[in-house]
This record gives sequence, structure tokens and C-alpha cells, in this order.
Amino acid sequence: MSLSLRNAGIQIDGRSLIRGVSLSIESERVTAVVGPNGSGKSTVLRLLAGLWKPTEGLAELNGEDLARLPREAIAREVTFVPQDTRVDFAFTVRDVVAMGRYPHVGRFDSLGPADNEAVNAALTRADVAHLEDRFANELSGGERQRVLIARSLATEAGAILLDEPTASLDIDHSLETLELLRELASEGKAVAVALHDLNAVMRWADQVALMNGGRLEAIGAVGEVVRDDLVEPVFGVTVEHIRAASGNETLVFHRLQGPRTAA
Amino acid sequence: MRANLSHLRRRLTAASGGGKGWLSPALVVIPVVSALLAIVAVAGVAIGSTGVAWETVIRVLAAKILPTGWIELDSVSEADQAIVWLIRAPRIIVAGLVGAALAVAGTQLQGIFRNPLAESSIIGVSQGAALGAVVAFITGWVASSALWLPLAAFVGAFLALFAVYMIASRAGRAPVATLLLAGIALGAMITACSSLLISLSFVDWQVAGEIVFWIMGGLDSRTWTHVVICAPFVALGLLIALWHSRDLDLMLLGEETATSLGADVERVRRAVLFAAALLTAAAVSVSGVVGFVGLVVPHALRLVLGPSHRTLLAASALAGATFVIACDLLARTANPPTEIRLGVVTAAFGAPFFLYLLRQRRKEIGFF
Repeated sequence: MSLSLRNAGIQIDGRSLIRGVSLSIESERVTAVVGPNGSGKSTVLRLLAGLWKPTEGLAELNGEDLARLPREAIAREVTFVPQDTRVDFAFTVRDVVAMGRYPHVGRFDSLGPADNEAVNAALTRADVAHLEDRFANELSGGERQRVLIARSLATEAGAILLDEPTASLDIDHSLETLELLRELASEGKAVAVALHDLNAVMRWADQVALMNGGRLEAIGAVGEVVRDDLVEPVFGVTVEHIRAASGNETLVFHRLQGPRTAA
Repeated sequence: MRANLSHLRRRLTAASGGGKGWLSPALVVIPVVSALLAIVAVAGVAIGSTGVAWETVIRVLAAKILPTGWIELDSVSEADQAIVWLIRAPRIIVAGLVGAALAVAGTQLQGIFRNPLAESSIIGVSQGAALGAVVAFITGWVASSALWLPLAAFVGAFLALFAVYMIASRAGRAPVATLLLAGIALGAMITACSSLLISLSFVDWQVAGEIVFWIMGGLDSRTWTHVVICAPFVALGLLIALWHSRDLDLMLLGEETATSLGADVERVRRAVLFAAALLTAAAVSVSGVVGFVGLVVPHALRLVLGPSHRTLLAASALAGATFVIACDLLARTANPPTEIRLGVVTAAFGAPFFLYLLRQRRKEIGFF
């Protein structure tokens, strides 16, 4: 499984969102996409997922142009967890997760035993099995986020792309989600995730793509990209390194202008 | 009632083992609604200014529907046969088609706008269809062929729906308040155009009177011709709706999610808007503007069945037919010998229900 952008860019309403981005996400690896707000992280994921078509360059799935593949074929291979988790209608959690099987069953077919198996497994792995009969519109933001992750797992796609999945999760569920992503990679999936937390990136990612102003500033192993000389100018911060007693290194960030003073 | 229905859904869903077993809310609801439809339809034919016995109604209907010779009609008077088969049966069938069409159109609009308050008559689509039909009346096209009526209504409905869609929806979602305001303004504008056309044609009082009467929504003196005019369009609209039922489920979760799960969002949206306009036009062309059907019916069913469209659309068609036949029965019999307009009866149920739903969503709308 390989999913890549080749010199890809996209303009919407005459405004360029990203330009000249080339990167590839591979099986068994967690790729973190990082960068300041508006730098194009989500756009990179949407082009990789085939949700948006690049207006220049290519998005490719195993060497084939995504724009030429039928929608359902892409859906079986690539799954996307959006940041907007809003559900306006009273689907049960199980209904929502079962929709992950739609690309696999015919238009009027019911789910078979294998499909139900996949749904059960997904519910359990995303830690929402106990919510399966609840209505999705009555859940908290964090619960909904995990339900959407479960739905993506139910597709059994080889590539899973997540847009800031930890944004609405508490500490425990954030860690659990990141651990789950690691596990999925070790099972052979290609994982790409937009994240803000560079400490989480250092701990959980194999590869990092650093976006800045719609361009790919750097891509490579964590140690090659999360470097002071790259991070400091892109984010406009200074970085302090602290080594915990456990041996883990933690980054502490300081604004360049110094702390805000009360007016 | 809302809590009760919702509770019923939880109970039935739990009984089905969370969707894994054979029993589901749909397996209870669809037979119940079908039985109600049969009862209401027979009652609709039996009850009226001249009463006809139930057995007679069933005998005549069976004799006409089954191959000739299976059931003897000698015991039934010519007059009763005419009342049942030529006067009341077509009216009941038209009422059923109108109800099914409006309920399914409403269900689809709520799905495509991701807005539970969308409905043909509320967002101006019915008014668009009515304007199309008024044009067909006034130009005399209807006199040349009755088919002009649904076709002109369809053009009007589609243009109105397209306009309200362009105005109110952003990124595939139309916020409650924006959609309602845009729909009401558009509906008012279109109704003004219809009124203008009607007042200009007042030279011919009879035609104008006929149009006004029909715009108020009613099913008086419907014949088999009206059945033939509207049935093919309703059938086509229902088929398109059912074909896209799964896509519509995905659309409820948002465009990006729908796309990532394999739906071709643009194509689905075009097909669903087309079907909703077609169904509304088919209904309006034979009954005038009958409001709120597409709001009341899907909303009640969604509480029991849940939002999944495969069963919801089928149940909406059945329950919509039942609702309009029952309302028409009430319209005919509440104040004899005059008929109350059907549109008045459905509004009497629908408008308070709409206000109730609006009140429930007042937080989202931001005032009240």
C-alpha cells in the first residue's frame, strides 16, 4: 500500500491552498502532518483521501491516479476521519459504524456475518462497544470522535487518514487513540494524522511532514524534522528541551515576543 | 408523544439485538402502517354524502381489480358501483399518491439539507410547482393536453428548489434558520407571481375561480384521468428515491464522510433534488398546495424507525398516503354538505407541529 502526492497543489476560488507538495505514506508507518494553522495540513489529507482533486500534480494510490479510480474502489482502500464530527440525526452508534461497510456491500444488500464481525471488532478497538445502542447525536464530542474512528476501522481500508483526531479527546483517550494508531501501523496499515502536539509526534510518529504556508517545508524521520532550526521559524517560537527522569524528551515552547503582558 | 415513540424505537432496537437479529422496528411499523392504509382507504370509499356498506365497497373494488368473472356484481346497484368505482376510488387513489409523494419528497429534502424542518411547502417548492401549473392553466396548454400540468409544475418546482438550494446551503448543509427564511421569502415571491397571473386573468371568472380553488389544495372531483396524470411521475420519483436511499444515509453524515465512504456526492445530490421536485410537482399538479405532509409524516416515523432511509422512505410513502386519505376524509365529512379544503386540514395538523419543532430547536436558531 502506498499513497502519495506528486508535486500536488490545489486552488479553490482562485486561492492556492497548497503547492508543489510531494510526499508518500507507506504501510506500517505513522506519518504525522504538522504545521501552523492554515498551513495546509488538512488539505494534504483531503488530497490523499481523494476527497479533493489536485488542480496541479497528482494524487496516487499504488501508482494509479486517484482521480481516475471509482469512488467506491477508493473507499475500500483509503478511509478518512474528519474533524467535524457533528451528527444531526439519531443514528445509533452501531448504524454509524456499520456505514463503514457500505463500500463492501451492494446497494440493497444487508450486512453479512463477515461485515458484522468487522463492525464488532471496530466498535471494540475504538472503545465504543458499550455505546453501540446509544444515539450518535446524544454523545459527547470525544465519544463521537471515537465512533468515527470506529467507522473508519470498519472499512478495513489499508490507509487511514485522520484530521486532528485528538482535538476533542481527553488525555487518556488521546493517548489511547495514538496508541491505537501505532498498533494499526504495526499491523500493516498506512496511517497519516494531522497533529498539533509536537510532543505526541515525537513519541508516536515514524515520519513527519512539516507544512508551512501551503508548502512542504520538510519531510523525514522524526529526528530530521522536529529540529529547532526547522520548528522555531515555522511556528514562530523558541524551543526548550527537557529530559524527564524516565528518559523521555519533552519540548516546551515559548513565544518569540515573550509572554503577553496584561494591558 | 415524542418521548413515547423514541422509547418504542429503543425497545424495538433492543429486541432486535442492536440490529443483529431478525426483528427490527421496520418489521413492526411497515405491516402496521400498511394495515392502517388499507382500513383508511376502504373507509374513504365507504364514507361520504351517500354511505356505502363496507362489504359493497370491498366487493366492488375486488371485482374491478381481480380478473372479470371472479366476483359477481349482480347484487350491487349501478349507482353504488358508480359511486365506488367512478367517484370515490379515483379520489382516494389520488389522495394516496399525493400523500406518498409529499412524504417521500419531505424525507429526501430533510436528508439532503441535513435539516429536519425542510419540506416542500415550507421551502417554496410546492409554490413553485403551483406557479408552473398556473402558467399551464392560463396559457391554455392544459386544455390541449393534461400532461402539461405535471410538466409545467415540475419546471416550477425544480427552479424553486434550485434557487433555495443556491441561496441557503453552504458546504452541503442548510442551517435551520437560513433555509426557513430563504424558503419563506421565495415562497411568498412565487405566490405573489401566481396571484398576479390569476388577477390578470380575472376577465374569465370561471378559470380564475377554478385556479384559486385548486391552489388552496383540494381533491374534489378527481377522476381516473388525474390518477393517470400523476401516477407515473410518483412512481419514477419513488424509484429514484429508493435507489439513492443508502447514499442519503451517508449524506446525513456530511459531504466529506459521504465521499470517503464511496458516495458520488454531486450525482446523488442532483438525483435527489430531481426526485424531490418531481414528486412535489406530481402531487401539486393534481391537488394544489397541500402543506406540511412531508414534515409531519417523516418526523413521526424517524422517531420510531431511526433515520436510515431504506426503511424510512418506504414507510413514509405508506404513512403519507394514509395521512392524506384520512385528512381528505375529514375534509369531506366534517362540515357537510360543504367540503373543507384539504390544504386547510393538513395545515391544521401540520402548522402547530411545525411550530412545536421550531420551538424545540430555538437554541440552534438563536432567537425566540
